Amino acid sequence: MTNPGSDVTPLKDRTAIVGIGQTRFGKGLEDSELSLACQAISAALDDCGIAPSEVDGLASYTLEPFREVEVARSVGLGDITWFSQVGYGGGAGCGVVTQAAMAVATGQAEVVVAWRARKRASKASRPWANVAQRIEDNGQWSRPWGLLRPVDEIAILTRRYMHEYGATRDHLANVALAFRKHANNNPNATMYERTLSREEYMNGRWISEPLCLFDNCLETDGALAAVVVSAERAKDLRQVPAYIHAGAQGIPPQHNTMTNYFNDDPLMGPSWAAAKGLWRYADLGPADVKVAQLYDAFSPLIPLSLEGYGFCARGEGAAFTEDGALEWPNGRLPTNTAGGGMSEAYVHGFNLVLEGVRQIRGTSPNQVAGADVSLVTSGEGVPTSALLLRK
Amino acid sequence: MSEFLLPVDDDPLTQPFWEACARGELRMQRFTASGRYCWPPRPMDPVSRTLEYEWVPVSGLGTVWSVAIPHPPLLPAYTDFAPYNVVVVQLDEDPALRMVGNVVAAADAPLDSVDPHSVEIGQRVRAVFSPVGDMFLPRWVPVDA
Repeated sequence: MTNPGSDVTPLKDRTAIVGIGQTRFGKGLEDSELSLACQAISAALDDCGIAPSEVDGLASYTLEPFREVEVARSVGLGDITWFSQVGYGGGAGCGVVTQAAMAVATGQAEVVVAWRARKRASKASRPWANVAQRIEDNGQWSRPWGLLRPVDEIAILTRRYMHEYGATRDHLANVALAFRKHANNNPNATMYERTLSREEYMNGRWISEPLCLFDNCLETDGALAAVVVSAERAKDLRQVPAYIHAGAQGIPPQHNTMTNYFNDDPLMGPSWAAAKGLWRYADLGPADVKVAQLYDAFSPLIPLSLEGYGFCARGEGAAFTEDGALEWPNGRLPTNTAGGGMSEAYVHGFNLVLEGVRQIRGTSPNQVAGADVSLVTSGEGVPTSALLLRK
Repeated sequence: MSEFLLPVDDDPLTQPFWEACARGELRMQRFTASGRYCWPPRPMDPVSRTLEYEWVPVSGLGTVWSVAIPHPPLLPAYTDFAPYNVVVVQLDEDPALRMVGNVVAAADAPLDSVDPHSVEIGQRVRAVFSPVGDMFLPRWVPVDA
């Protein structure tokens, strides 16, 4: 799928992710988010051998509970000439990296650090439990009726998806079981030592019907970071560069974040809008993708994303998961090969970015042979983003 | 927190909707220039980019578009009734008009007054107005086919 005008894009292959770093994942880690972020950034700089004083750009999520200046002071960064944040929580991850790539490609910065640090494993930190009783934002049209948590909001879309396309809980189990198998090979994954059977899945307690416990992501404390530089600089560094071939953000018309029910076609979510931008200038198409990291806060986001990014036709996302299609090593599209948000860690999808890079480097715990094109996506159901990495 | 969540009731954009609910009327924002209904309400008509709208009465009839059944952990006020149904209802006036609500046995019946597993996509429903705190929330009762 070659786009005739594709050589005019200033982003394509001009930048690369050259350093990655992360903290351990856990529940109730003592370190603050700021400390975790500093540790992950420091590890990412060491990974590529770039000095903190060379960092001149910072990209992060709006949901970070601290400001960039605090990171810069602690890690010992130099003059920062560019900084930016992306909103919408789990939709931000690939957008943060895409914006970092744009900053490097346009000369606003030479070395950009992107990161996410999060502490959500403790019960007291669940934001849905801390809302004001009078709701001003969009939640005023859903929360009073008891649609309280993200899982409830996605359960509504899931039931409709099942109704329209004949998807079943077995399809959702295909997703949960594939990612768990991958985590069982990843010593850094939260679920490394815990297997999951189809029977256990089917007997899992309901959280919001039709979604059970195992359709949900984990809640994790931890941080991850990535370093973006120009393709020229990348050649001189110690790691195999993961070139950023394309990156895009997406909000479809009449979109409503999470409760995306109030438009003509709610099952055509933000993935479709991000996919349009992602493939527009790419020399590659869905058939070229060897391995995917698809945002999995909830299992039904996988069939929705498979459709949105063009791996199958509308309504065929659930059927796509059959016959082990998502499983390493033999599936036709090994997906979330470190375990994803459901079985590795849920750090708003930034762990998916790092696994996308490891696949290009050849260092994944479930390494796909010949993985020269690696797709990473961020949250479906919210304004989102995607990244296409290549060797 | 041991009470149900409520929307703000002093936003000029949404106040007419809630005042109508308190009178037992379901009204929808309709832009004058295009005749387009919009939900949730907004300041500008996405078709004509004009600002004039009115809150017009609608039939209050609709069809269940989807349903979820939340189980704990939930906020305490809701935990008491769980598992309960939450529906999205598609209004007869325009298929893109979808409202979040609950199917209940009657306007003043509790959240768990119908078996949540009896609520089905495609079910016909009619708006009723349930007193919650100092407001009236639109909810839905089954309509015989």
